[in-house]
Amino acid sequence: MAEKLHFSLVSPERELFSGPVDQVDAPGSEGDFGVLAGHAPFMTALKEGPVRVHADGRVTTYEVRGGFADVTPEGLTILAEHASEAA
Amino acid sequence: MASVKEMRVRIAAVKSTQKITKAMQMVAAAKLRRAQNAAQDSRPYAQRMAAVIANLAAGVSGDGAPKLLVGTGSDQRHLVVIATSDRGLAGGFNTSIVRAARQHIDGLLAAGKDVKIITAGRKARDQLRRLHATRLVEGYEVGGNPSLAVAEEVSAKVQALFEAGEVDVVTLFFSQFKSVVTQTPTARQLIPAEVADGGAVPAQAGIDLKGASYEYEPDEATILADLLPRNITTQIFSAMLENQAGFFAAQMTAMDNATRNAGDMIASLTLQMNRARQAQITKELIEIISGAEAI
Repeated sequence: MAEKLHFSLVSPERELFSGPVDQVDAPGSEGDFGVLAGHAPFMTALKEGPVRVHADGRVTTYEVRGGFADVTPEGLTILAEHASEAA
Repeated sequence: MASVKEMRVRIAAVKSTQKITKAMQMVAAAKLRRAQNAAQDSRPYAQRMAAVIANLAAGVSGDGAPKLLVGTGSDQRHLVVIATSDRGLAGGFNTSIVRAARQHIDGLLAAGKDVKIITAGRKARDQLRRLHATRLVEGYEVGGNPSLAVAEEVSAKVQALFEAGEVDVVTLFFSQFKSVVTQTPTARQLIPAEVADGGAVPAQAGIDLKGASYEYEPDEATILADLLPRNITTQIFSAMLENQAGFFAAQMTAMDNATRNAGDMIASLTLQMNRARQAQITKELIEIISGAEAI
């Protein structure tokens, strides 16, 4: 997994995360999905749930409520109405 | 001329006023930094949101397009949302927002349109209560730091009015924070949504998809219908943040001026007091001397 995916998680208050990661798992409204580098352009609404960010062998989890995931060739952007890092 | 004692009291009063304005200036400066950061932190979200909407809006057109995007087709009934601060003592900050809004409202009224007003911030309400009391629908207070909860409340009210078919066009007035010395009263149209306006939220121009086509889940229309209401909330929230930063900047400037004015006043009062004191001493000396000569 040499290729990295650029991921940013932004809420109206601030940008919670921005940087290269290996994989992101997110709860799509039509089912959970994972995004790796080079994913096809894709956009979906998110339901309430955890967003798991895999980077450098570590997994960080954010709780997200109400938002969108937008996958472009440049990377993945999650716009979340409410987001916080899970303890 | 006032007596020396009266003038001493006066100088003491001005000095304590100066202490207050000085303290307010420093508090505003400290809060400004925080407000500025908050406004900056909120920008990525608003920008991405605008980019996504611009992207989607390009694909959705015709009759199927959501009303929030294209409007109701009429522009008879206007809703004006005015965001100001709750508190004053910030020079012309609130007045200039309200003045811009009032010009807009007067223009609409002159054109025979119906106008409704929602205020977010106590000062807007105070200033419009006399002139447009019957048009005020609802007044909200910012209350301390702008919170998303308040923005959501305002946004929900705006959408409720729109859904009920009571308004066709919604315009938001706030003060854009350009720099510490410049805040510009700005109008932004919320409904029908302004797509990819060149203002504060430049849309990413045509993301290069490298030949692949976008996939939407559930589908474009559903996502857009879900996204547009949130965009209204976001716009209101970022207006509140911009306002907050602008308010503290304006307050800092106003209080700096007040402090300097108080300093000038103290200097001129001190001069006057010294003259009066000198005059009195001279008078007393004359009295003593002429008394001694008479003996």
